[in-house]
Parts: sequence; C-alpha cells; structure tokens
Amino acid sequence: MMHLPGLPVLLPFFAAVFVLFPWFNTRLPQQRIVTQMFLLVLVVLCSFVFIDTLQNGPRAYAMGDWQAPFGIFLIADSLSAFMLVLTSVLALATHLYACAGEDETGRFFHPLFLFQLMGLNGAFLTADAFNLFVFFEILLIASYSLLIHGGGRERTRAAQHYVLFNLIGSAFFLVALAVIYHTFGTLSIPDMAARAAKLPEESILLAKAGGLLLMVVFGIKAALLPMHFWLPRTYSSTSIPVAALFAVMTKVGIYSLWRIHTVVFGENAGELAGLGMDILSWLAGATLIAGMIGALASKTLRWLIANLIIISVGTLLVSVSLQTEAGVAAGLYYTLHSTFVSGAFFLVAGIILMQRGQAEDRFVRSRPLLYPRLTGVLFVVAAMAVIGLPPFSGFIGKVFVMQAAYDAGQAYWVWPLILISGLVALVALSRAGTTLFWRTQGTVVPEAKERVSRLHFMGAAMLLAMSVALVITAGPLTEWSMRAAQDLHTGITVSALNGEGGQ
Amino acid sequence: MELIYSITVGVMVGCSVFLMLRGHTFSIVMGLTLMSYAVNLFLFASGGLATHEPAILADGSEYSDPLPQALVLTAIVIGFAMTAFALILAIRARADLGNDQVDGRASESDVLANKREGEKLRQSPEKPSGGKYR
Repeated sequence: MMHLPGLPVLLPFFAAVFVLFPWFNTRLPQQRIVTQMFLLVLVVLCSFVFIDTLQNGPRAYAMGDWQAPFGIFLIADSLSAFMLVLTSVLALATHLYACAGEDETGRFFHPLFLFQLMGLNGAFLTADAFNLFVFFEILLIASYSLLIHGGGRERTRAAQHYVLFNLIGSAFFLVALAVIYHTFGTLSIPDMAARAAKLPEESILLAKAGGLLLMVVFGIKAALLPMHFWLPRTYSSTSIPVAALFAVMTKVGIYSLWRIHTVVFGENAGELAGLGMDILSWLAGATLIAGMIGALASKTLRWLIANLIIISVGTLLVSVSLQTEAGVAAGLYYTLHSTFVSGAFFLVAGIILMQRGQAEDRFVRSRPLLYPRLTGVLFVVAAMAVIGLPPFSGFIGKVFVMQAAYDAGQAYWVWPLILISGLVALVALSRAGTTLFWRTQGTVVPEAKERVSRLHFMGAAMLLAMSVALVITAGPLTEWSMRAAQDLHTGITVSALNGEGGQ
Repeated sequence: MELIYSITVGVMVGCSVFLMLRGHTFSIVMGLTLMSYAVNLFLFASGGLATHEPAILADGSEYSDPLPQALVLTAIVIGFAMTAFALILAIRARADLGNDQVDGRASESDVLANKREGEKLRQSPEKPSGGKYR
C-alpha cells in the first residue's frame, strides 16, 4: 500500500524490460499478448490509485526515505490519479489497435510503447521540478523512436523537426530550473510554493524570468501559439496508433502548467502571483484562432484532426488562464474528453485510410469504403463529440469551460471563441465527411478486407465508448474534478509530506 | 571569476544560436551540442560559484553546493543520449531525403554543388568523388 504511488512508474518499466528479454524480443504474437496483459494490469492499478486518493486523500511516497524538503517525492493526489487513469485507458485502446498490424512495420514497438507510458506516468506523479525534467526526457526519447516507427520520408522529416525543436526546449527547461534553483533554493514543488511569497526583493525579477521560461517549455509541449507549428506535421505523418497515443502528450504540458504555475505562482505567491497569465490568455485565444484557420485549410483527415487538437489545446489553455478552481476543474473534465475523443478520431482516420487505397485520407474523390456503415457511425460519433454537440462529452466539457469563464468574468472573449471554434469544426468535419464517404467512384479497394481487422474497430469503439461513459458519469466526475482542483489549490505542505511519507 | 564565467556561457550560447539558425542539420546538431555545454555550465553556476570550499559541510560556514553538481551530472547524461539520437536521425534524414537541409528541400547552392559533382563524374567516371550517401 505505501509503495502505491511508485507502482504506475515501475510497472511499465519492468514490463518493457520483460518484453525485451531474449526469448520475447523476436516473437511478436507473444509480445502483443504480454504487453496487452501488462496494460490491463496498469489500468486496474491506476483505477485503484484513483479510488484510493478519493477515499484517503493524497498519498506521498518518499523515494529512498529521504525526508522533505530534500528528498524527491512522488505524490498521487486526485489530479494525478485522473491523468493516470486517462493515460492507461488510452494506452490500452491504442495498443489494441496497434496489435492489428501496425507494430510489424519496425522493431521494438512494444517496449517503446511501455517506456513512453513510464515517462508519462512519472511526469504525472512527481513532485520535484528536476524529476519532472527527467521524466519529460524519458517520454520524449520514447516518443522520438515511436514517431519514426515504420520509417519513410515524411516521417523522418517530421521527426527531425520534432526532435530538434524539443531538444532546444529541453535546454530551455534546464536554464529555467537553474534560475529557479538559484532564486528559490529548492526544486521540490511544495517547497517552492511555500517559499514563493517570501522571496527577497532582488530575486523577484530572476524568479519571474525562470517562471516564464518554464511557461515557454510547457507551451512547447502543449502547442501554445508560436510554438505549435510542429504539431500538425508530426501527428499527421506518424503511424496511427502512435498519433492516437500522442493525444495525451499535449496534455502533459497543460498538466505541468497546473502543477507549477497554478501551485507555485498561484494566488499566495505574493508578487509572483498569476505570473504570465495575462500573456497566456492572449496566446490561448490566438491558439484557438490558429487552430480554426488550420482546420479549415486542412487537406487530409489526419491534418484536420491535428488542427482540432490545437483547438482543444487552446480551450484548455483558456481554462488554465482563468486561474480559478472552477477553471481547473473544467479543464480537467475537458482534458479527459479531448484526449479520448482525439485519440479515437485518429483511430477512425486510420480505419478510413486503410479502406481507400492510394487516396489514403486526402479529401479527393476516391473509391468507396468497404464498411461504410460501421466506419460512418464511428466517424459521426467522433465528429459530434469533437464539435461539442449533445449528447456527447464535448458538449458537457465546453459548457463546463464556458461556465467557469462566466464565473471568472471572462465570458466576453471566451464564449465567442469557443462557440465559433465549434462552428468551424462543424463546417470542416462535414466537408471532410461528405468527401470521404459520399464522393466515390469505382469499386471498393480489394486489399481493404485483409488490412482492416476487428481489432481496429474494437480500439476505436472502446475510446468512443469512453466519451459516452464520460457523459453518463458526468455528475460524479464533475464533483471529483472539483475536488481535484481544490486539492491542487490547497497544495501539500512540506510538514504534511514528512508526516505522511517515508513510512 | 563570475564575470569570466558569465562571458564564457554567453559567448557559447551566442555561437550555438548562430549555428542553430542555419539550415543544415549538421550545424544545428553542433549548435545543440554547444548549447548543452553552455546550459550545463549555467546549471553548475546556479548554486553560486565558490573555489576551495568543502564539498558538503565542514567546520566553516562556506561550502560549495553539491546539488547543482548532481543536476549537471544528470543533465550531461541525458544531453549526451539526446545528441546521439539527433545525430543518427540527421544521418537517416540525409539518406532518406537526399540532402541535409532541415526541411528536406535542397538549397540552391546544394543543387549547384551536386551539378558540379555530376559533371566531374561524367568527365572521369572511374574516380567517383562523392560520399557513401550521394
């Protein structure tokens, strides 16, 4: 029980090592089954952590029993538990899809997939800024390799941009951490929050520089406006299951903004309170607009979905910039919705492009689909959820964000942007759907029958079912997300860590 | 000492930014390497610069902060792995895309150089001068 917060990091790590053992690493069918089983265990484990945090409150784990503020802590509070459950379910579904054949195009798909999960889970659990950097690098290096999985010209080109850009981002991260260590004298997040208000006059300016640099770094991850150009090409050129898993990668940036900028530079931070939030609200709005323009100009379905992700990131950043508990709670619900639905949409796009042969997912007249009804239903459900039409989760998520904006007195610019973005998504997706499903000629593609398997449909349907589940459980979920937001805002003090951790 | 140290870091960052703004992957990787050196030095200085001080604690009140040293050590290892990956990726991209521009489109000078290379080859076909990937 006391090691519980460490397990979601350790399980994928040991699973990855296990799959790399000599007997397994040449046998794909066995790798698939074992990885799938490990992922199932991970879902159960993360749900257990979630229930545990709801019942017993946050649980802290001191690595090596070093006491706060010097030791490095893993803290599982309800916010991180939400993200853990989200990631593990998304991983299970996308892995199911990948088992239908995408993992055959290169080696080491399964270990890399598990290492990616280890980095993600670690980033969601850690309570130390430098440890956050380390887990960022773990998830990044796994994502670099997953991105070029399968190879090809387009993928190499996209990977090159993504890798070089993120390496520069890592350098920025280190500079920011150095500045913050110099001014705060600590890198443990609860300790930073306690010291933020008591900083001496002369180091306020440096601390501001450090905090804003961190915002740039998280902005790169989250695809904030001037740093979002890597996203469409990366997501649209990589293989389908990887793109679906990457739906959670932008949310790591949002999550880190919550952890650092809402907690450390929150309302109790004295002169540092609300650092950079006015700039962030402008950029969030601009990100929404850029996503809309991109969505209208997209020429392939995957490119369109990538731009819809940028729109959802803009919405989330708006909710971050509100700086209220309701804003965080709304953002959390919207994170759950948008990750599941964008992941599902990528899987649906994969099913469509396999049935269209040479035309892939380009918006051109092409041969008809082999399974138009089933694919069509999935497409319509995913589209309605993304646009935000009732009865799917996008509707509730958007209402929640708009409600939070109204309560914070920001409705005059947030409401038009979010409503127009829904309209733009509606226009772009109906145009896409008409072309993909109805502008057809000739006969069905002969290879489609072999390429599309039942697992593909199961993966996509599973994620869309999560969107429906989000609607059914919306009542308790909103309550829990309010509690997660309260947990985040109250934070954990260093003395509480020493009382609880190190057992 | 602080002045020399900060000038060193500043010059290194300046050089790395200059290299990274070029279009060739090789110079960008060189720039990234230089940048990571500069960042490591910067990180090292974040605990304050002190010479001839005990590593952790001794009788005197002054000591050199050990934490930045640990951070730098981690950062060096990670930076090394990342640079190696970026380098391999750059070589792969050179092979896949046919040139070493970041956006995969050959610049005019590259095209001219390739043409000259081709003419040279045509004049003396027994002695090819291009590299393995040409």
